Amino acid sequence: MLEIVFFYIAATVALIATVMAMTRANAIHALIYLIVSLLAVAVIFFLIGAPFAAALEIVIYAGAIMVLFVFVIMMLNLGEKGDKQERQWLKPGIWAGPAVLSVILLVELLVVISDVNGPVSVSAVSAKEVGLSLFGPYVLAVEISAMLLLAGLVGSFHLGRRYLERDHIEKGSSQ
Amino acid sequence: MDGLNIPLNHILLVSSLLFAIGMLGLMIRRNIIFILMSLEVMLNAAALAFVAAGARWGQPDGQVVFMLILTVAAAEVAVGLGLVLQVQKRFKTLDMDHANRMQG
Amino acid sequence: MSDTIWLIPLIPFLSSVALMLFGSRLKITHIGVLGVASVGISALLTLVLAVEFMQNQQEIQASLWTWMEVAGFAPGISFYFDGLTLVMMSVITGVGFLIHLFSTEFMEKDPSYARYFAYLNMFVAAMLILVMADNLLLLYLGWEGVGVCSYLLVGFWYQHNANGHAARKAFIVTRIGDTAMALGLLLLFTELGTLDIQAMVGAANQTWQIGDSIPLVACLLIVCGAVGKSAQLPLHTWLPDAMAGPTPVSALIHAATMVTAGVYLIARTHGLFLLAPTAMTVVAVIGIATSLMAAFTALMQTDIKRILAYSTISQIGYMFLALGVGAWSAGIFHLMTHAFFKALLFLGSGAIIHCLHHEHNIFKMGGLRTRMPVTFWSFMIGSAALAALPMTSGFFSKDQILLQAYQLPDLGPSLWMAGLLGALLTAIYSFRLVFVVFFGQANTEPDKDTGWRMAVPLSVLCFLAMIGGYFMIPVAEVFPASDGSHPAHWVEYVSISVPLVGLLIAYLVFFNRRLNVDGLANSTVGKSLGNFWLSGWGIDWLYDHLFVRPYYGLANLLKSEPVDGIYGLIVALNQTFNHWLSAAQTGRMRWYLASMVAGLIILITLAANLSTGVLQ
Repeated sequence: MLEIVFFYIAATVALIATVMAMTRANAIHALIYLIVSLLAVAVIFFLIGAPFAAALEIVIYAGAIMVLFVFVIMMLNLGEKGDKQERQWLKPGIWAGPAVLSVILLVELLVVISDVNGPVSVSAVSAKEVGLSLFGPYVLAVEISAMLLLAGLVGSFHLGRRYLERDHIEKGSSQ
Repeated sequence: MDGLNIPLNHILLVSSLLFAIGMLGLMIRRNIIFILMSLEVMLNAAALAFVAAGARWGQPDGQVVFMLILTVAAAEVAVGLGLVLQVQKRFKTLDMDHANRMQG
Repeated sequence: MSDTIWLIPLIPFLSSVALMLFGSRLKITHIGVLGVASVGISALLTLVLAVEFMQNQQEIQASLWTWMEVAGFAPGISFYFDGLTLVMMSVITGVGFLIHLFSTEFMEKDPSYARYFAYLNMFVAAMLILVMADNLLLLYLGWEGVGVCSYLLVGFWYQHNANGHAARKAFIVTRIGDTAMALGLLLLFTELGTLDIQAMVGAANQTWQIGDSIPLVACLLIVCGAVGKSAQLPLHTWLPDAMAGPTPVSALIHAATMVTAGVYLIARTHGLFLLAPTAMTVVAVIGIATSLMAAFTALMQTDIKRILAYSTISQIGYMFLALGVGAWSAGIFHLMTHAFFKALLFLGSGAIIHCLHHEHNIFKMGGLRTRMPVTFWSFMIGSAALAALPMTSGFFSKDQILLQAYQLPDLGPSLWMAGLLGALLTAIYSFRLVFVVFFGQANTEPDKDTGWRMAVPLSVLCFLAMIGGYFMIPVAEVFPASDGSHPAHWVEYVSISVPLVGLLIAYLVFFNRRLNVDGLANSTVGKSLGNFWLSGWGIDWLYDHLFVRPYYGLANLLKSEPVDGIYGLIVALNQTFNHWLSAAQTGRMRWYLASMVAGLIILITLAANLSTGVLQ
């Protein structure tokens, strides 16, 4: 059916976009590709009947987290020098070892998932069901994740504070 | 949408590929921003696997876990980018190979 | 008196302790008075005891307290007094008193005056305990005590390294003998169950027959101890070096008392030795061999004290010979007369050294006959007694020994002839000393003469050396009686005349120079023989190469503590592994990431294996 083709198209886009994201020298370029990848994954979520997950993916992941990345990159103000440095670091020779490890892992994963079978998306899981589940059996998880977010908030506030206080005096000095 | 019948192992295949690509990027890049980005890719791949598994059985548990993963990713990115700022301030560079004082 | 016998060793002991504690604060005269008077009082008490003993002939056993009580072993601090003890005590306190008096002048200018008298008094106390002891354990206490005091006194002038070396040598060599003796005591206790001397001898006679092996072993071990303390072959090497101590110390310790402790021990345990005739033969052979060896060595020495030291070794060899042939009374008699004339000779040499500003070489002295008359007559009389010229005390005692040696079956005549050779040599070297030092040209002038504190002891000892031969020592009850037979008269005549021949030879060679032995002495054989004798028959050299050098080599090898090296190896191993493993801690994040991925791969392999059995 056509929707299955959509799935394969979205999967291809996600893969290509991720590969491009990993290999760019400019940070903003890489981020844009990453956002594309995330959007493709959101499409996949839609297709397998998880609309709530798709919405969250777009809004939070692509919308908040990636934007946070962009802000920090802009704040760091790397410029042309940063691009040149990245290109220098990203020589072809260094792909060898990690590629081997990744390929081995990939092969293992494929072996493990090879005997998993069964079709997906017999029926969609609506947001309402997810909501009921969250405030039902998983309410503790919600509380804990709230605490986690608090910890993240406090941590990032503390870590970022000094930078802002001092650095804005030295703004414009070379990095 | 109902009744699409996408085979589960195809989705898991996509998830594994994304994970492997993310891991590759993680091991190769020296700039810390890119390392964090690779982490996001890996988390996303895991989330995809969870949601796919939840959709296979038609239960909301997969999406609940997806939300938890999202929470973790958000907190981690926040703190991680704070660390990036500190690294930039102290080492005047974003090269992760410079931060080797835990050597030996 | 029997209940105050313990005062005799106690008074010198207390005096010694007092001098050690307060000696630095007392005046010189007070120290001298305290030191001399304590021994003097002991001498007086001994005299009282002697008079009592002569009257009623009663042995005294005075038990003070039980030293320890463990598993049936209960030695006590108890004293036993009989004729033998009386002889020894008289010698110790009497000669000791005279030597203490001599020391007050000899050591007058020494800064450690109090320390000297403290040690000397302690020595007298320990020696008295040794001879008065009722059981062998208490005797061993006294034995060790005199060993320690000997060490302290030989190394008295410790500021010079050589003196400390000599003191250590004395202590270590005697220690070897002491260890053997301790083994002998342990053996005796294990076999007989007691160490009380009288009880032990009785038990020994009941347990063993003559010629059994266990009493032989025990006696030989005791002989080892005696050999060490009395400086006989092979443990004699310490005595010539011990002359590094002050001369009165040499007189007291290394002539009259400590070196006779071995003789006393064998005499005291004679009951045990009678059960092991082989041991007695060994004693006799050791005695005569040492005697000859020391006599040859004394002939070549040039240091006045070393001549006298080797002479002491030689004379104690005679005492051992006497004990070995069963002439117990003769041995003890010779011990007493030897104490008189040897102390006399040593004190005389002390006077010479004192007045010739510490000159020791006899060939640098000369012509002292006119300059130091008292010393001259002391030496004449002392040497005459030493050489056993007729009618001197030494004559009576040595003669008795030689005659009784002759009477021993099988070995007797050979021992007697060897003894005669020794007597000849004794006469030669003693009169060599006299002629070289007192006659002829004066190479060194004395800068002072002897005061009364030196002259009086010398005179008293001269008197004793002359008439001492007429003493009848009261040891008849102690020892088994000899069988009263006499050898043929020609034996006696030869024994009497040999020392005179020696005197003649010495006169011709060293006084008149009529008999010229220079040709003989300077020939190659003569020179090598002379050097061989001079070095004490090479025994020091032998011990040095056989024991001392390997020991030092071993000590140097172990100096770097090789056994610790095992622990060092563990440490080194740990460090090597640490070095290798810490190479994995590069500090770089990408390395850690890669290693995490590798670990992840392994985990997933294991998990896959569990679920799907892929690796099987």
